[in-house]
Amino acid sequence: MESPKTIIKVDNLQTSFYTDKGEVKAVDGVSFEIPSGKTLGIVGESGSGKSITSLSVMRLIQDPGKIKGGQILFNGENLLDKSEAQMRRIRGNQISMIFQEPMTSLNPVFTVGDQIAEAYMIHEGKSKKEALRKALDMLKLVGIPSPEQRLKQYPHELSGGMRQRVMIAIALACNPELLIADEPTTALDVTIQAQILRLINNLQEELGMSVMLITHDLGVVAETCDYVAVMYAGKVVEYADVETLFESPKHPYTVGLLKSLPRHDIDQEGELEVIKGMVPTPDNLPKGCRFAPRCPFASDICADRLPELDELEDNSQVRCWIYTDEWDGKSGVSVKDDYGTFASKES
Amino acid sequence: MLTYTIRRIFQTIPVLIGVTILVFSLMHLIPGDPAQIIAGEQANQEQVEQMRERLGLNEPLPVQYWNFVSGAVQGDLGNSIRSGRAVSSEIGARFWVTVELALYSTILSIFIGLIAGIISATKRGTVTDSLIMIVALFGLSMPNFWLGLMLIQYFSLGFGWFPVSGWGSPQQLVLPVITLGTAGAAIIARMTRSSMLEVIHADYIRTARAKGVKERYVIYKHALRNALIPVVTVVGLQFGALLGGAVLTETVFAINGLGRFVVDAIRMRDFPIVQGSVLVLALMFVVVNFLVDISYRFLNKRIELD
Repeated sequence: MESPKTIIKVDNLQTSFYTDKGEVKAVDGVSFEIPSGKTLGIVGESGSGKSITSLSVMRLIQDPGKIKGGQILFNGENLLDKSEAQMRRIRGNQISMIFQEPMTSLNPVFTVGDQIAEAYMIHEGKSKKEALRKALDMLKLVGIPSPEQRLKQYPHELSGGMRQRVMIAIALACNPELLIADEPTTALDVTIQAQILRLINNLQEELGMSVMLITHDLGVVAETCDYVAVMYAGKVVEYADVETLFESPKHPYTVGLLKSLPRHDIDQEGELEVIKGMVPTPDNLPKGCRFAPRCPFASDICADRLPELDELEDNSQVRCWIYTDEWDGKSGVSVKDDYGTFASKES
Repeated sequence: MLTYTIRRIFQTIPVLIGVTILVFSLMHLIPGDPAQIIAGEQANQEQVEQMRERLGLNEPLPVQYWNFVSGAVQGDLGNSIRSGRAVSSEIGARFWVTVELALYSTILSIFIGLIAGIISATKRGTVTDSLIMIVALFGLSMPNFWLGLMLIQYFSLGFGWFPVSGWGSPQQLVLPVITLGTAGAAIIARMTRSSMLEVIHADYIRTARAKGVKERYVIYKHALRNALIPVVTVVGLQFGALLGGAVLTETVFAINGLGRFVVDAIRMRDFPIVQGSVLVLALMFVVVNFLVDISYRFLNKRIELD
């Protein structure tokens, strides 16, 4: 996955929460990088650590959470070495973020215009009047109808889709190099989802930024991403470019996710596959591979030792014993083709 | 906003009618014959009848009520039984003392309460937080009169910094205002703290941080504006309560305010004074509540205009 310029390189990121029950490793050694102008999708179920990863990049982890180790290189500089004041100048300016809940992510007591204008006033030192004018341009850019009127309205006067557009306007106000979108469409209607995703994609091309898209929806990934990192229980289990991932998924978890996706292009017979069981909570992780208790292929070594994230011939990376010389299960197994057989044998 | 204000003013009318009916009934609900009581125990039958005639007590009740209300609207609340002076001028002389006392105390409560509450919330779980909350608990539990007496004991008699009693000069304000403001400050501090803690975890606070807003502005601009709404309610109630309930403090500091005046009037069975004072205090309550409602709307645009 070589590319001319890497905007952000996260290396062995570890974020933990220190609770009464002890340390909870929400993000445990996550690494990825995003080339300039590209989109990385981070996929996983709830509790896989994907949102914590994104908040870590923004350095917005609140107590009792703490970034314990690793590096976040943004344009070659480690964000973890920055002071709080330096981070403030980066947030909303070079790295921006939009959140899952457009209904609650805007401050109810300030007008839409004020909330967008604030970004210009903080990062570009604009006067209120000038900032409001630029806010108006932003509202036009994100396709909000009658923007002059919207500028003076309060968030509760807008629909969910409109609010998410306002969030995008705030995030993109200062032309960030990286946009982190944490489940930006999850809370929206399906028709609005497509609009918002298209908007993000178009603006990405127009403004030339990189996007880190957090989602649990592989359909969204297929449409919008260049690279994909699949996360499970705080670790990346598979990392590949989007074509490779969808054509030849490697990790049993990825395959399980794909199998559980309803398809419109082929006739599916019978019920959709589900991955049985639940994501283990970070305070109660299995000793070996974290997916082993739910994995239809699991063998002795899986329960015993955690596999490494290894690079395969097609440049994809996978964290699974099946692809190593140490594999002690059934030989010649193909995760993609045999998943259904194994999964049904299990039950 | 204007239509809301006007509609809200109209909504106070039923309340005012209710208040006047209650105050009017006071005269007739007390045991015994009001004419007899007002004329005095030594009065003979004829004098009592004369008094009844003068007070209009032999008219039908609705007519009496109408006379009472139309008099009140014109500022005529009758005459004090004891002094014979007009009730309105008797109340007027003391009313502003009480309003001043309540106002200064409330301002002090807001000032101390807000700052303490915000510090407590932002430093949640630290020694500072616990210390502030312990002090607030003390402030809340301390009886007014005791605090007043202690203040007099140390700061007037002990250090001689402030006068023991009276009202008017700036030095005379200090101790009564502290006495009355302490409990309010404690309530406001606790309210602000819990309200801030609720708001501080809101998604829009995260948005503000993600925008690169300085922590100070995150707290004082983005969070406080939202956290103020329940605090304003408490402030309004507090102010209203102080107007009528400053009796003890007024007594301790020998301040000639409305609270003490009413209590005296009740003891002397000076009904016109009691009626008039209750009416004025009720009116003030209505006005304060009205202002609180208006400020809600100002603080939070989500509150509907109805």
